[in-house]
Amino acid sequence: MLYDVLFLSALTASVCLCLYRIAIGPTPPDRSVAIDILGTVMVGFCVLSALKTGNDFFLDVALAWTLISFIGGLSLAKFLEGRQYHD
Amino acid sequence: MTEIISHIFIFIGVIFMILGCLGLVRLPDVYNRLQAATKSVTLGVCSMLLGVIILKGFSAMSGKAFLCIVFILITSPTSAHALARGAYKSKVRLCKNTVCDQYDFGRKEELPAEQNPDEESPVKND
Repeated sequence: MLYDVLFLSALTASVCLCLYRIAIGPTPPDRSVAIDILGTVMVGFCVLSALKTGNDFFLDVALAWTLISFIGGLSLAKFLEGRQYHD
Repeated sequence: MTEIISHIFIFIGVIFMILGCLGLVRLPDVYNRLQAATKSVTLGVCSMLLGVIILKGFSAMSGKAFLCIVFILITSPTSAHALARGAYKSKVRLCKNTVCDQYDFGRKEELPAEQNPDEESPVKND
């Protein structure tokens, strides 16, 4: 039980570091990188929730979250290159 | 026994994730931040999922965890590469301590014109 509290607080600290970088990032690529990393950290949260509740459901959420974060990262990169929607 | 091993794997994963996010805050440049955070956090999540596989044995949960490892190992470097390319094309400056930039942008603008190494090259004299 102590392990769960330790792991969840460590992941919460890393989410807070990501949110700090999103808040103060000087350029738009900084914020995009921090959003991409935040999506991967949330997969770790889903894994810990699946272990704590013993439910398969959270790993399905983690799988979907991975793919949606990938699509989001690619679209942010396309926006940063200055390309339009029809490219 | 398997519980202890899986908790060790999850502990290693959490340590890597928090160090990666610390690098996201501490490092000076977009590219340094991207490199530190992407590699560390990807390794951390894969280690946590490996801990789930070791804990649950051969079941549906470990199959989903294995599929999640495969998708993360495919998608995370791809999106990091695309973000680095987008950051370079949107003309983000490199940091001051950068040694080598093979695309040669950013350092060239800071140097004066007579110190520019491209204009002293023997190819241009021919």
